[in-house]
Amino acid sequence: MFKNLTVGRALVYAALLLMAIYYLLPLYVMLTTSFKSLDDIREGNMLALPQLWQGGAWSKAWAEACTGVECNGMQGFFWNSIKMTLPAVAISTLLGAINGYVVSMWRFRGSDALFTMLLVGCFIPFQVVLLPMAQLLGLLGLANTTAGLVLVHVVYGTAFTTLFFRNFYITVPDELVKAARIDGAGFWTIFFRILLPISGPIFVVCIIWQFTQIWNDFLFGVVFASGESQPITVALNNLVNTSTGVKEYNVDMAAAIIAALPTLFVYMVAGRYFVRGLTAGAVKG
Amino acid sequence: MSGSSSQGSLHALADRWLPKLVLSPTLAASLIFVYGFIAWTGWLSFTESRLMPRYEWAGFVQYQALFENERWWTAAANLGLFGGLFILFCLLVGLLMAVLLDQKIRAEGMLRTIYLYPMALSFVVTGTAWKWMLNPDMGLQKVVVDLGFTDFTFDWLVNPDMAIYTVVIAGVWQSSGFVMALFLAGLRGIDDSIIKAAQVDGASLPTIYRRILIPSLRPVFFSVLLILSHIAIKSFDLVMALTGGGPGNSSDVPAIFMYQFAFTRGQLGVGAASAMMMLFTIVAVLVPLMYMETRSAKRV
Repeated sequence: MFKNLTVGRALVYAALLLMAIYYLLPLYVMLTTSFKSLDDIREGNMLALPQLWQGGAWSKAWAEACTGVECNGMQGFFWNSIKMTLPAVAISTLLGAINGYVVSMWRFRGSDALFTMLLVGCFIPFQVVLLPMAQLLGLLGLANTTAGLVLVHVVYGTAFTTLFFRNFYITVPDELVKAARIDGAGFWTIFFRILLPISGPIFVVCIIWQFTQIWNDFLFGVVFASGESQPITVALNNLVNTSTGVKEYNVDMAAAIIAALPTLFVYMVAGRYFVRGLTAGAVKG
Repeated sequence: MSGSSSQGSLHALADRWLPKLVLSPTLAASLIFVYGFIAWTGWLSFTESRLMPRYEWAGFVQYQALFENERWWTAAANLGLFGGLFILFCLLVGLLMAVLLDQKIRAEGMLRTIYLYPMALSFVVTGTAWKWMLNPDMGLQKVVVDLGFTDFTFDWLVNPDMAIYTVVIAGVWQSSGFVMALFLAGLRGIDDSIIKAAQVDGASLPTIYRRILIPSLRPVFFSVLLILSHIAIKSFDLVMALTGGGPGNSSDVPAIFMYQFAFTRGQLGVGAASAMMMLFTIVAVLVPLMYMETRSAKRV
């Protein structure tokens, strides 16, 4: 549209490039800082490349950095996050698929109202459930455990996953299901034989969304887990904000990148679905 | 023959109760963990609970204590300031980038990937990165000083009057790409013939955007507003990682206030009251927005 206005077009590109630099700068600074020595950091310029590339901060962040009393680095917390995220994503996604199937294909009297009631769970500020949840987890003996965190994430993630699948299944033509019912297919047959085979894309969207949400969660982690069972976001915050002695910025940055790697990786390989999930969850959620 | 028909009625019976049965665990969970827990927190906010929960009715003492707490008002004012600026800048930056990207740009896909990746990061990671960038001794301030501007200072992170603005900077960095993606999707959804017709009528490109395209983004605009205000009111991890609510309490927000009173200071009642205030704020902001969103979506 700007074809004849070359100056205008140059300005557009300049502006876009400037924005790209603004978004990339923190990542660049994190990466370069993580490979610098502490002297290099203190004497040099933040934007300069390392004088000598060193990986020491990375191994320290992974295995030796202190996150409070413990000094075993991020490794244990990284595995905590994996042990928490994988089951929570799997369970909440499956529940969402079946719920979404019911509220879109098997509507009964009051099912729309029940769905709306469920959706409220997407909007509440979680602060309003923290105190009772802490009490309940204590009663169940799940306080400070990964299992407890899985439970919390499943309970509060299912509203979102149900929404995802419901919005996907209402786009499936009714005739498909009606014809199957006339042929004698029941509730589960229709789900497994007709809907599941076409649900690939929405599963990807939902899994990516849940993975990002649960991996990146901080609030539930900091309230319901302590010490050994903390997820990586909480450990990172402890490392950065409570360590005593000499501040090792290179270790902080390496730890931050380690905490960000899984979600960044998912974004890089499946960014298209990631964006679709964000927009789908956003527009309706 | 009779066998198959009885099997058929069994099927029909199963199909009648199975959907309800399948949905019921989630509904039960929602009743307990969402509605029941809100009621529980609400009840706690009307008791004298301190270190341990107590359940005798005590009226509005906790709300009174909350409203007399200066720190609460600091947190509320910060939320207003941060929320307003965060939403404003996300909207401006997001819309501008969407319009620029809509000009048949080469390498659009790559640029979009760059603008959006912060959305994949945890707010704790974002906070850690920006805390380092804004470090007054070794961060951006030093970069500018090294360039020869020796008088340059940029100490917002440790300046009680300015710390909350650093949260805005980091928050906008994280979320504006997402706003761009929503607006861009909206722009792409507009019928080309409208633009062509306007061009035939001799309208210039800026006019087309100002008078036709941007106004038709109204429903997207409300969705964006909804999401951004939700993020703002709940914001906790970003502030914790970036400033920890400091220096002092200068960048405190309600979510941090609630966390500290309920879980580190042993003031359950005040914590519960502040959580209820957060819920009311969300309802007060979101319900009108949702109403406007459905109305504007219907009109288009």
